[in-house]
Amino acid sequence: MKKEQQLDLYYQMVLIRRLEERGAELYQAGKIGGFMHLYIGQEAVSTGLIAAREERDRVITAYRDHGVAVNCGISANEVMAELLGKATGMSKGKGGSMHMADVSKNMWGGHAIVGGHLPIASGFAIGDQYAGNDNITICMFGDGATNIGYFHEALNISKIWNLRVLWVCENNQYGMGTAVDRASAVTEIRQKAEGYGMKNGQVDGMDVTKVYEAAAEAMKYVRESSQPYLLEIDTYRFRGHSMGDPERYRKQEEVKKWQENDPIGIFNKQLLDKKVATKKVLDEIEARVEEEVAKAVEFAEASPEPAMEELFTDIYAD
Amino acid sequence: MAKITMREAISQALMEEMDRDPKVFIMGEEVGVWGGTYAVTKGFYDKYGAARVKDTPIAENAIIGGAIGAAMVGQRPIAELMTINFGFSAMDYIVNQASKLHYMFGGQFTLPMVIRAVGGGGRQLGATHSQTPDAIFAHFPGLKVVSPGTPEDAKGLLKSAIRSNDPILFIEHATMYQVRGEVPEGEYTIPIGKSKIQRAGKDVTIVTYCKGLELSMKAADELSKQGIEVEVVDLRTLRPLDMEPVIESFKKTNRAVVVEEGWKSYGVGSEIVSRIYEEAFDYVDAPIIRVAQKEVPLPYNRTLEQAALPQVADITAAVKEVLK
Ligand SMILES: Cc1ncc(C[n+]2csc(CCOP(=O)(O)OP(=O)(O)O)c2C)c(N)n1
Ligand SMILES: [Mg+2]
Repeated sequence: MKKEQQLDLYYQMVLIRRLEERGAELYQAGKIGGFMHLYIGQEAVSTGLIAAREERDRVITAYRDHGVAVNCGISANEVMAELLGKATGMSKGKGGSMHMADVSKNMWGGHAIVGGHLPIASGFAIGDQYAGNDNITICMFGDGATNIGYFHEALNISKIWNLRVLWVCENNQYGMGTAVDRASAVTEIRQKAEGYGMKNGQVDGMDVTKVYEAAAEAMKYVRESSQPYLLEIDTYRFRGHSMGDPERYRKQEEVKKWQENDPIGIFNKQLLDKKVATKKVLDEIEARVEEEVAKAVEFAEASPEPAMEELFTDIYAD
Repeated sequence: MAKITMREAISQALMEEMDRDPKVFIMGEEVGVWGGTYAVTKGFYDKYGAARVKDTPIAENAIIGGAIGAAMVGQRPIAELMTINFGFSAMDYIVNQASKLHYMFGGQFTLPMVIRAVGGGGRQLGATHSQTPDAIFAHFPGLKVVSPGTPEDAKGLLKSAIRSNDPILFIEHATMYQVRGEVPEGEYTIPIGKSKIQRAGKDVTIVTYCKGLELSMKAADELSKQGIEVEVVDLRTLRPLDMEPVIESFKKTNRAVVVEEGWKSYGVGSEIVSRIYEEAFDYVDAPIIRVAQKEVPLPYNRTLEQAALPQVADITAAVKEVLK
């Protein structure tokens, strides 16, 4: 990666972190409602992954989608506005935290039914194959989602039909409060691809550089071979499953241990050690992010509520 | 009489039945270590252990299908759907299997199982997580559908459901766990398939259930201050449907409003209104009005979501309209 790109990834990761920290505050203040699933701790996953995609490649993910939205180029303003349910959000305030999408940026949404979007990702690839397009689809989902039938149906069809899908499992060790080994027959999720004769790999998701490299290689394989690939990215969510999680299922020591491997801290150190940037440069990036987030909050708070007529728009296209 | 919350009432019913019958066990997502997404089974995992409080993978088909199988071989599983919206992921098991197997195999075996599911909107969870699809499930013969509106009914009906030999979908409302109400001391059950007059009145009959009951009782209080006395009939069970108290009430008031949280089209209200016309046409003094959700998927934005959901004011307006 070039220096500029590395600094940009650093910027994206810090932006996701600060945006969500402010989001959590606004949630506590009652300005955001519904379910809100924070990505804090997992920023390196989508940041490294999306950095390796080409713009024509489609991205689809689950409800833990704020980070992916930012990585795909959706502005902090729009993310914050959608969280506040404002008309200026990318889903006009109708979707909320779990449903961020901007198809003009090939971000095809956060989806809230666990595993439900996997067959849809196969569908993107079916559509693209049918049209003769040479892009790929990147489909992200959690470890918990690999235990539902949707996952298995989607993987199987992607293999028999030579679909260009990069399946990306974000293994953050838990599906809500259920640890992977209590819910999944194999704890290395990538092994599930073996049953479908699908190429697969695994990478440390706390190191954005490693994620980027593994993702770039996997995408190259999917693109060139017209075969699906399952990439497992191991990570950890530092916060609760969603806001208001009593977290009875894990010990604070475990959380602390993972927090020592903070993906932003790791990358910060790498950039300094490899002399890609000075502390001053990184501090400037952080200051720029603070300002951008403050502006996003201002923008979102000042934005109008969706008009009452919006209740009845977009139900049908015709 | 003790005053307890809906959450406590449901929790007590589960615990009493688990204590009474070792065949009863619970399986679902986050029912154990987490203590239930809505804290209904808090403490159960420690009390009964992993064999009777089974944390499942996220696999709705395996949950409902698994409960069916376990019931067929003689156990009394309580399968929990974290929300009724995830019931769509297990629709085949609910519709094609649970509702049919007893009949199709000539009654050779029974399906003594309960599916507990949380439904309802109003929590800004967006279109896929906020539905009140009760009417769809009530469409299928072979499945019983219960949806209580008070803690007393929730406890008594759930206990009956657990003891029943039929598959029963037991629908709770996500915004009602804190609702408080009087519950009889000691052991009691309430029969499934019996509607109940929750408030007596003479001017208009309101037919409703679950969240609609909460709203209708508030509307009744307001209307009473204005000199209008409504009679509130709570269906409590959608299938089998007990129309007797509804028809009796209607013959007295000759006017009715049906209140439900789900969509109006093809909804519970459609069924109730048809039945009234079929069974008491000669008593009709005014067109019956249905109060229901606006015909849109529920949006995240709070103001829009509340505008789409039926409100107390919609009910009072409807009552005044049928009195015109
Ligand atoms: C079909 C379905 N079942 C259950 C749920 C409730 N639910 C939402 S998130 C979640 C856990 C998902 O875990 P995982 O796939 O590991 O993703 P993570 O939250 O860890 O990112 C559950 C059970 C749902 N949304 N959809
Ligand atoms: Mg997970």
